[in-house]
Amino acid sequence: MRLLYPSRVKPRSVQLLVTCLIDHFFPQTGLAAVEVLERHGVSVTCPAGQTCCGQPAFNAGSWNDARAMARHTLDVLSKDERPIVVPSGSCADMVLHHYETLLAAEPAYAKKAHDVASRTYEFSQFLVDVLGITDTGATGTGRVTYHAACHGLRGLGVDRQPRALLEHVRGIERCPLRDADVCCGFGGLFAVKMADISGAMLAAKLDAIEESRADTVVVTDVSCGMHVQGGLERRGSRVRVRHLAEVLASR
Amino acid sequence: MTSPLPFHRRVEQALGNQQLRGAIGRATARKVEGRLAALAGLADADRLRDEGRRIRANALGRLDEQLTRFVEQVERHGGTAVWAPDADHAVRYLVDLARARGVKSIVKSKSMVTEEIELNRAIEAAGLRVVETDLGEYVIQLDHDHPSHIVAPIIHKTRQDIAATFKREVGATDADVADIPSMTAFARRKLRQDFLTAGMGVSGVNFGIAETGTLCICTNEGNGRLTTTVPRIHVAFMGIERILPTLADLGIMLQLLARSSTGQKLTAYTNLLTGPRRPGLDAESDGPDELHVVLVDNGRSHVLGSELAEILYCIRCGACLNACPVYRQIGGHAYGSVYPGPVGAVFTPAIGGLADWSDLPHASSLCGACREVCPVRIDIPRMLLALRARAATEGHGPWWARVGLRAYRFTAVRPTLFRLAGRLTARATSLVARDGRISKLPGPLAGWTRYREFPAMAPRTFQEQWKGRRQESGSGISSAGL
Ligand code: SF4
Repeated sequence: MRLLYPSRVKPRSVQLLVTCLIDHFFPQTGLAAVEVLERHGVSVTCPAGQTCCGQPAFNAGSWNDARAMARHTLDVLSKDERPIVVPSGSCADMVLHHYETLLAAEPAYAKKAHDVASRTYEFSQFLVDVLGITDTGATGTGRVTYHAACHGLRGLGVDRQPRALLEHVRGIERCPLRDADVCCGFGGLFAVKMADISGAMLAAKLDAIEESRADTVVVTDVSCGMHVQGGLERRGSRVRVRHLAEVLASR
Repeated sequence: MTSPLPFHRRVEQALGNQQLRGAIGRATARKVEGRLAALAGLADADRLRDEGRRIRANALGRLDEQLTRFVEQVERHGGTAVWAPDADHAVRYLVDLARARGVKSIVKSKSMVTEEIELNRAIEAAGLRVVETDLGEYVIQLDHDHPSHIVAPIIHKTRQDIAATFKREVGATDADVADIPSMTAFARRKLRQDFLTAGMGVSGVNFGIAETGTLCICTNEGNGRLTTTVPRIHVAFMGIERILPTLADLGIMLQLLARSSTGQKLTAYTNLLTGPRRPGLDAESDGPDELHVVLVDNGRSHVLGSELAEILYCIRCGACLNACPVYRQIGGHAYGSVYPGPVGAVFTPAIGGLADWSDLPHASSLCGACREVCPVRIDIPRMLLALRARAATEGHGPWWARVGLRAYRFTAVRPTLFRLAGRLTARATSLVARDGRISKLPGPLAGWTRYREFPAMAPRTFQEQWKGRRQESGSGISSAGL
């Protein structure tokens, strides 16, 4: 297990790895993450030139492509020594756990990968484990349930943090989700290549969501969120998916 | 062991079969609960799993030495051990032996490795009779079906299916199939005669103990005990990776196996067999006169020392199948191989090559549930990824994924181009989007919109908004509109 932020002094400033999906599809999630961080006295920079962490290529087996993207992302993130916050469990997992393996044969980059990994945190992990915050002062309405996206959950051990943060949001009713830790069937290209299996897994997830009686599903990964939201919309459901940062930003 | 239908057709068939999916969903859910309850009852399950992993790593790390020791011990106790480099050698050994001893009829207890080498087919082709004595395997044999789970071969069948099989194939009456106890009793009556007349018993091996040459065979029905002791000749087939250095190691592994596979503290019948029956002074009254152990390699030794070596730690508990959301939806047959589920998606291409099995490593969302439950902590997702990389290098898989990712990478390492491409795509998608979503994507992406809407891209990216914000003075994003 990696040590959490090594210094006892809490970081006052971080870099945001915004991720390609948030940048192009869900900018409001990125903005919300910034809002929450700033509210707690943490200033945010967004390193220029960031594109995609390479996870889609890595998961598809195209490691040469993934390597190129990993090198690029590492170059972008190592211009600065501040901790890195990622509002996506799977991208954080990619940077934290796979860059070093992928670049093992290139000592200079392996070193960069190690260094970057040692200061990379998923968003809720950063708030709870590094800043020590569970009450963000957020308020909301309605019934909220939480889907534990796989890579954050099993790759990073992110589960108690988002739950603790949600617990302190005033005005919402929390609903338990059956099989909250079972995959929604996204898995990147899996949803396209193995569309039928993915569709069957999604259907099971949507059934559980409907059963929970929630009107909002909270996720820590917009990719799973995009998948679940798309499925809900196809069903004509009124349930919405929101990223944790968006829930925490509202008051 | 390849299946005639392509993977996606097998999946389609499985997904279309509601009864199958219902049966598998219920059975796996029960097993998942059983496992959790059994592990909760252990003082320190995590430590036990670490210990189990260490034992397996140690055994496999010195496999040649362990196997040599095992063979010496088997022979010292009067058994015969033979090495079978591939399936052909393994089945031929048995058929030749049966012929040489004039055996006509064989009883068999459940074993995955004999499924792998298609032993029954070879036995029947040689004009001999073989009867599966595990209840599930017996049904499979009567149905000319294949097991769909490595621990529970008929997890895909309902009680009604089995009743119908008994009536159709072996003349059961309504009373014989009235309930589960009568069905079991019926099968028992049928099988008893076979046990008594068989000239040879065939079994698998859960663990082979190097220090003593002992075979450990776990069953829940007691048929394993009869198979290995009643007939005059016992032939045990053992994957070479099933070795454990010492009896003390076995103590640990048995605890993990039973809890992870069925939620039991210990499998009901855990047999330890060392050599054939001893005549003479310390005479034993039961057991076979001859014991043969066939050590099956069949591709395993190529896996040793590779990035997939860890899959050989597997103790075939089946926990990863039960936990896997893909397996739960499609069941075992869709995988097309003897070993289904997460472990099969690695093991099958590892020993059989990717040419026939390049789809299997992709039949996973990489959710990690398999790694979470594996009693010896095998990192299956890591190996699925390694196999995908291998498949990509060997040129398996659809061209569009290759070309698409190549192009994506080309832009992703050129930020200006990436932004421009992003904007152009956003423009294009805004033309087809309605209410911010797209209901039909073209080409290979159509798979997505078969089951879900796709979001339109944002009119202004995060980075554009971020830049604007900095120019404004750099503070305070309004959360309005979130
Ligand atoms: S891989 Fe692990 S969980 Fe799966 S069958 Fe083997 S030992 Fe059990």
